[in-house]
Amino acid sequence: MKLAYWLYAGPAHIGTLRVASSFENVHAIMHAPLGDDYFNVMRSMLERERDFTPVTASIVDRHVLTRGSQEKVVDNIIQKEKEERPDLIILTPTCTSSILQEDLQNFVDRASITSDSDVIPADVNHYRVNELQAADRTLEQVVRYYLGKARRQGKMDRSITDIPSANIIGISTLGFHNQHDCRELKRLLQDLGIEINQVIPEGGFVEDLQNLPKAWFNFVPYREIGLMTAIYLEKEFGMPYISTTPMGVIDTAEFIRQIQWHVNKWTPAFSNKTVDYEHYIDQQTRFVSQAAWFSRSIDCQNFVGKKAVVFGDATHAASITKILAREMGIRVCCTGTYCKHDAEWFNEQVWSLCDEVLITDDHIEVGDMIARVEPSAIFGTQMERHIGKRLDIPCGVISPPVHIQNFPLGYRPFLGYEGTNQIADLVYNSYTLGMEDHLLDIFGGHDTKEVITKSLSAETDLIWNSESQLELSKIPGFVRGKIKRKTEKFARQSGITNITVEVMYAAKESLST
Amino acid sequence: MSVKTSETLTFECETGNYHTFCPISCVAWLYQKIEDSFFLVVGTKTCGYFLQNALGVMIFAEPRYAMAELEEGDISAQLNDYEELKRLCSQIIKNRNPSVIIWIGTCTTEIIKMDLEGMAPELENEIGIPVIVARANGLDYAFTQGEDTVLAAMVHRCAERDSYLLGDERNQTVQNQALQDSFFFPGNKEETLEPIMNPKKDPPLVLFGSLPSSVAFQLGLELKRQSIQVSGWLPAQKYNNLPLLGDGVYVCGVNPFLSRTATTLMRRRKCRLIGAPFPIGPDGTRAWIEKICSVFDIEPRGLGEREEQVWESLEDYLDLVRGKSVFFMGDNLLEVSLARFLIRCGMIVYEIGIPYMDKRYQAAELAFLQNTCGNMCVPMPRIVEKPDNYNQIQRMRELQPDLAITGMAHANPLEARKINTKWSVEFTFAQIHGFTNARDILELVTRSLRRNNGLEDFGWTSLVKRGK
Repeated sequence: MKLAYWLYAGPAHIGTLRVASSFENVHAIMHAPLGDDYFNVMRSMLERERDFTPVTASIVDRHVLTRGSQEKVVDNIIQKEKEERPDLIILTPTCTSSILQEDLQNFVDRASITSDSDVIPADVNHYRVNELQAADRTLEQVVRYYLGKARRQGKMDRSITDIPSANIIGISTLGFHNQHDCRELKRLLQDLGIEINQVIPEGGFVEDLQNLPKAWFNFVPYREIGLMTAIYLEKEFGMPYISTTPMGVIDTAEFIRQIQWHVNKWTPAFSNKTVDYEHYIDQQTRFVSQAAWFSRSIDCQNFVGKKAVVFGDATHAASITKILAREMGIRVCCTGTYCKHDAEWFNEQVWSLCDEVLITDDHIEVGDMIARVEPSAIFGTQMERHIGKRLDIPCGVISPPVHIQNFPLGYRPFLGYEGTNQIADLVYNSYTLGMEDHLLDIFGGHDTKEVITKSLSAETDLIWNSESQLELSKIPGFVRGKIKRKTEKFARQSGITNITVEVMYAAKESLST
Repeated sequence: MSVKTSETLTFECETGNYHTFCPISCVAWLYQKIEDSFFLVVGTKTCGYFLQNALGVMIFAEPRYAMAELEEGDISAQLNDYEELKRLCSQIIKNRNPSVIIWIGTCTTEIIKMDLEGMAPELENEIGIPVIVARANGLDYAFTQGEDTVLAAMVHRCAERDSYLLGDERNQTVQNQALQDSFFFPGNKEETLEPIMNPKKDPPLVLFGSLPSSVAFQLGLELKRQSIQVSGWLPAQKYNNLPLLGDGVYVCGVNPFLSRTATTLMRRRKCRLIGAPFPIGPDGTRAWIEKICSVFDIEPRGLGEREEQVWESLEDYLDLVRGKSVFFMGDNLLEVSLARFLIRCGMIVYEIGIPYMDKRYQAAELAFLQNTCGNMCVPMPRIVEKPDNYNQIQRMRELQPDLAITGMAHANPLEARKINTKWSVEFTFAQIHGFTNARDILELVTRSLRRNNGLEDFGWTSLVKRGK
């Protein structure tokens, strides 16, 4: 047993349901007790989903516990098939059904006899894998099932498309900024003259999966979901895949160069031209993305040597660490991930870019680390945001788990060139907020509620000498007015009419005592 | 206009494929109510993830609850449950020092037959603080019934009233504290020094059901106006202030989902249950007080005027709801009481979905519903136990109700299909009891009606793609 207050990754069935409900016209039936269908609440609330979430529960109650499910699951599957006519029904086990050890495969076999829909059981072990691993596994399972089916029916078309094309694998519901990332990726690939063959699972139809091998290569934007599918497709069909996440200027360029390499392998077979994206990368980097310019600007100079801590899923934590360290010159004191199953990859990615690496799924350990390191900003999940609140350290949210505010309506990709802009904003805003707080603290807390003069205009009987005026002008704009008011208030209280630098310091001292 | 009314209420039962919260969610409000408690949910990641998502920001406020997350070794009995729980509980005592630890049994502990009830007394002796077991699992219960299981378990921990009658001074202090706790805001010390009632003259009355302290105070005050003293609440603000129970103690519920607690009070502690409608809405509150008065042989004073005043103050909201129709999908067992109130407000209720219907415990409320329908000349709504959400949505498509009271899983999709919704969960967390809070119920009920009044003219009410 483990004392737990908070989980970074959800239980396995959440992953399966995310994949199932991302596809169009796929229904998931959970073998679960009453109340386990809160996935529907999450999807409806966080994603503000307009349609009913295609997930129902075949309820495990006291009767099921004593006699077994018997006809119940099969009836529920057939019922759902009649009501919604889905292409595929995924029977999803939960932690409860795992220990009941009911033979889900048997239910599926029986239901398949009468059902027009395809029916498969999700093959995940609740006590061994988490949400992300289960999603990865389920996506691979669905793809494998439909390619196998196409092969058996002789419908498999092994030719590839005439113009370069790619599949994007792993965009899913409740994914962190996935919708925005997907749009950005489509735009990027379109710029490069690459056709999108399919995006799965989000918005995909299972009947189209047989056409996956038509693409020239696969692309897995996030390591957590999709890698297994890409590896399967490589093994079965020799399809190459790219798993470099195009996050940040450097990795986006790297990603585009990999595409170039894959495209140039095949283009000569169709036309004599090869592609060269270097000019595109250069233009985008220098003028479309503001991030390259931002790292040269004086704003970014202020970051040099500033301390940061990064924590999140493997993809986001690694990419953000690289951006902070390589592109912005920020010192990453510690970076970490809760994806323990991917620790080796993670270590390899960040080993030279940070002082230490933390692999854990215990938020208390993360909190203790942050308290020890005392960074000026944190880039983490919602949990780190709250740790930051308690320690008074600003935090930018860069990874799931997330709240509803991380499903913005506006366009906020993390990937591609627009993504670099968004990340630069996120980082910059986190730090300036931090600095502002710090300065406010030095100059005596937040705005005073006492009214000193009746008007806000500069009409005053106090005289600032040239030195003190100069000193005042050195204070950053956003706190200057406040410092001025505080100093004048102090001067009035002390019966001083000439404000000198000494008076300013005295005012500051009087506030700090 | 002639409305066909059926004479009796009709009860139906569907498949039970409906959405509701898992009963372990009761820790969310109970840990806040019982200030010196610690709730340990013995379950899996699934339970933990639910609490984390359902409770949202509360989780960051260092809550007095945690998961004892079962791992593979626990499931396959490679680890010793007793030793594991002892280790975790010792840790909790060290960090939080609670007065009581409440173990919440889950589906998993049921299936692997973990003997929580057997282990608790033993561990209690060893670690020196009370350990209470409540089996609030999704195999047997829905949402608010979780509180029912916790309170039913607490009934056994209440001291026997006899010892008080024998003049035990220690218990007298406890009694005094319980009073202070339920009636007065903290810091209001002088009033608590009032002499407690003469137990021989006034029969003791214990109210059960967890309410925010201000609401408990308001209800106590209403009864005090009728010269009825509440001698205790289950639960009290502190575990150590549980009420005294025993033969001759009258008990009355404030919430419709407490049937197990009621049964336990009657059977195990020989208490006398006052079966009344629940104090939800001014009509319910009045009926509740009247019923208690009638048991104590007291002629209620000024209740009619008090109710009338409240109705008058609601007039602006009543204008909005009159003649509008409601559909309760059902998930928290407050449905019958709320429907009864809304019918009295002039609304038409098409369907009352409800997870579980205890016709004995809710008898007075059901009779009151029937009367209200008669008085308002509206047809009796159908009461659907263990509803099937899919069928309900089909029915709603035909009926096109003005308002659906529903869980969060269906709220957004229904809104996108032109049906105004109110999340039912809010009724469990809002203050809805007594005369004072009637306005809050209507505030909730009318919210989407008021919001959408302003939006109707724009013509973008249906926001789904064709064919969905």
